[in-house]
Amino acid sequence: MVNAAPTPAQPSAAPGDGRHGGHDGGHKAVLEASDIRRALTRIAHEILERTKGGGDVVLVGVQTRGVTLARRLAERIGEVEGTSVPWGSLDVTMYRDDLRLKPARALGRTELPAGGIDGRVVVLVDDVLFSGRTVRAALDALSDLGRPRAVQLAILVDRGHRELPIRADYVGKNLPTSIRENVKVMLAEVDGHDAVLLGPAAASGPRHGGGVRTEVK
Amino acid sequence: MKRHLLSAGDLGKDDALLILDTAEELAQVADRSIKKLPTLRGRTVVNLFFEDSTRTRISFEAAAKRLSADVINFSAKGSSVSKGESLKDTALTLEAMGADGVVVRHNASGAPHRLANWVHGSVVNAGDGTHEHPTQALLDAFSMRRRLGNLEGRRVSIVGDILHSRVARSNVLLLHTLGAEVTVVAPPTLMPVAVDAWPCEVSYDLDAVIPKSDVVMMLRVQRERMNAAYFPTVREYSRRYGLNGDRMGRMPEDSIVMHPGPMNRGIEIAAEVADSQRSTIVEQVANGVTVRMAVLYLLLGGSESALGGAVPVPATASAAVSMERDA
Amino acid sequence: MTTYLLKGARILGGAPADLLIRDGVIAEAGPGADPAGAEVIDADGLVALPGLVDLHTHLREPGREDAETVESGTLAAALGGYTAVHAMANTEPVADTAGVVEQVWRLGREAGHCDVHPVGAVTRGIEGAQLAELGAMADSAARVRVFSDDGHCVSDAVLMRRALEYVKAFDGVIAQHAQEPRLTEGAQMNEGVMSARLGLSGWPAVAEEAIIARDCLLAAHVGSRLHVCHVSTAGSVEIIRWAKSKGWQVTAEVTPHHLLLTDDRAGTYDPIFKVNPPLRTGEDVTALREALADGTIDCVATDHAPHPVEAKETEWSAASMGMIGLETALPVVQEAMVETGLLDWAGVADRMSVRPARIGRISGQGEALTVGAAANITLYDPGVRARVDPAGFASKSRNSPFAGLDLPGRVVATFLRGRPTVLDGKPA
Repeated sequence: MVNAAPTPAQPSAAPGDGRHGGHDGGHKAVLEASDIRRALTRIAHEILERTKGGGDVVLVGVQTRGVTLARRLAERIGEVEGTSVPWGSLDVTMYRDDLRLKPARALGRTELPAGGIDGRVVVLVDDVLFSGRTVRAALDALSDLGRPRAVQLAILVDRGHRELPIRADYVGKNLPTSIRENVKVMLAEVDGHDAVLLGPAAASGPRHGGGVRTEVK
Repeated sequence: MKRHLLSAGDLGKDDALLILDTAEELAQVADRSIKKLPTLRGRTVVNLFFEDSTRTRISFEAAAKRLSADVINFSAKGSSVSKGESLKDTALTLEAMGADGVVVRHNASGAPHRLANWVHGSVVNAGDGTHEHPTQALLDAFSMRRRLGNLEGRRVSIVGDILHSRVARSNVLLLHTLGAEVTVVAPPTLMPVAVDAWPCEVSYDLDAVIPKSDVVMMLRVQRERMNAAYFPTVREYSRRYGLNGDRMGRMPEDSIVMHPGPMNRGIEIAAEVADSQRSTIVEQVANGVTVRMAVLYLLLGGSESALGGAVPVPATASAAVSMERDA
Repeated sequence: MTTYLLKGARILGGAPADLLIRDGVIAEAGPGADPAGAEVIDADGLVALPGLVDLHTHLREPGREDAETVESGTLAAALGGYTAVHAMANTEPVADTAGVVEQVWRLGREAGHCDVHPVGAVTRGIEGAQLAELGAMADSAARVRVFSDDGHCVSDAVLMRRALEYVKAFDGVIAQHAQEPRLTEGAQMNEGVMSARLGLSGWPAVAEEAIIARDCLLAAHVGSRLHVCHVSTAGSVEIIRWAKSKGWQVTAEVTPHHLLLTDDRAGTYDPIFKVNPPLRTGEDVTALREALADGTIDCVATDHAPHPVEAKETEWSAASMGMIGLETALPVVQEAMVETGLLDWAGVADRMSVRPARIGRISGQGEALTVGAAANITLYDPGVRARVDPAGFASKSRNSPFAGLDLPGRVVATFLRGRPTVLDGKPA
């Protein structure tokens, strides 16, 4: 099935809780809640700057954590500029190129703002940029949904190891990693608290052969 | 891990909900200008129809094509070889073509089960004899859910030729799995003798059931049943078990009327009922494509089927062995 | 002719004894028989039974030699411990004349694996319309005493009455395939929970029971002998029990598969389990076992029904009905009846040899293993257990419903009038 069973008896105050800078199964926090907040604020400013006030920007978060980040960015931009930026969600599962490597997955929601994306500047938002394959899938998905004037990419963590000619326009943090490592983004809305964790990859075979979703970013 | 969808009974609750939830997401695709997803690019789906059913075939074909699968329509009806030989031989042909998925409609109950032994691809039962039609049940459940929300505790009455209906069998199993309370309604002649073993209530009295039904699902009744003495006349059947405007008027508010089609207007369902606001008959057709997309995606989209996580092992597997020492 | 000494055989499962077989008869029986010049067969731990007699075998020849021949079918019978089989009449052409039954009888003699007693058709062409020449078949070299339209029911009550009456002239018996045709039109499997679930047309128990009840009454009315083929339901057992309590001349058989398998097997839609009459429920199996144990059902008959692969590698409704059973009958009976304590080996000998020989009115078979009796003997090892693999069967067909099951027992040797047809589990 799609979702792995939850780890039994997860302690409620996780030892890897980013606020304490501790370890979680060998994971160490490289970004804590305050770092994430600052990074998003900076990205919000950069988007406004690069898009000259963000008038025709649509933020589109890639399922699942990208959606949370897109919503936060929209709020941040609203706070800074006093305008509301439309935002939506994009599930790229059906466009992935690694579908045949794992059992078929449950689909996330794709929901674009009422105005659509035609002629707009779409800022794709995701948590981790890794191989670039998710972004490639997202670009394909977008082109089936409309014709944006431009597409930009905002990312919380760029961990390198690109396999496609893709780069981010907005980066929260460049994080040099080993290919054997695993980057986990935790967000309060989904995971209970904010943190970015770095640790050894789950011992589940080759890079695209399954395992933690963030691995194949 | 189940690679096939042969019976609605194969689906546990998690599986059934996964299909319905997936269908819910895929429903959006139908509203887009580009109604196509690249998901099954390079995969081959064969529609193997031993029995005429243009509606079902087109629905599966549209579903597969919207997922970018290559579709081969194989109509085996009228083939000169005897029925049995042609099924096995056809299976070998499909193997040679490298079919990833085989959608099969057959007039013999269990033919998809047999086919599943002979091909490597996933087999989807698109209606077999008087056995099952699981994707019809899934689209019915999907249609109900869209109108009524959660099916838990909903009262669904299935009315008509239960004995010969594959739609009834699949619906009883699936709706029970989804927590609905199902009642089958028919003259006793059109009820299986062992219907009391089914997870549903049984009634011979449509009028008693109508006011307590959130859903009334009418089944097509075939005129030839009259000749086999299942009921005296079509008129009597219609009077006792047809859904007319008067009966519809006694249905609870917000309840709906369904029919898997094709309808016999004026026999099991009156035209005014079929065309009423309560009727989901047109939605059912549209939902068929969406639900079949979900099934094809979940069976064929990944490295292995996403279905079959928690299906209880059927009790049939070792029945004879356990019989050996019970006397 | 070689003289054989079966050393240490347990006759009907009793104490070990030596059996000396000379000139086709049992020359000595008891401990310490004189082995001079005899070929000794170590029968230590083996059960000695009178050679088994099958009242219901489809040898398919003439007509369907692709499924079975007299040669292959009788070899399968010998390997199953049989020394006599009754070859059913539904061949192509139907065994409804003296010519056809004599042909089958002669083929059996030429093959030499076991005695073949042809069953004559009751009606011409098994069409249920006109009596076949029952007297001519009875008077032929084949000396037919059992008549049956098996595969079809003699459903016409008048025809059935006449047949029962007519065979009284030569002490014949009508073996009825009890199946009310209208109640079983298009029927695919036992009507019940499984048929309702699987969407396969139901075959109600009443379709069998109604015919049996009628025929018992007819047999009583005309004072003739009725044999009921392959009884499959608890209700049939009740009716036969009642008929027997009246003293009527009614006998009955049950197949090994009806003693072991239930209709749950249809759940895979594998037509290897499709058979006529259909596999029934667990309650029916229990009733059949009890009836065989108490003698209500007289005997086990295999209804060995070979079919070519293509007749079974198909969807259920298109598949042929029937199962092979000669080579597994004794192990299945051991599993269903002996292991359960319902029958001892004397009981098995009675139900699989003595009584069927008596019903078929054949002499020299089904006799007690005593000095002077024809040496028709089956040596059986009940102490082993093996997985059934039809690939090794002598039958030309492979449609065994027991494939893959672990069953006890193995036929070690079969002797037909003193000549071994099977030795060490292989054709002699």
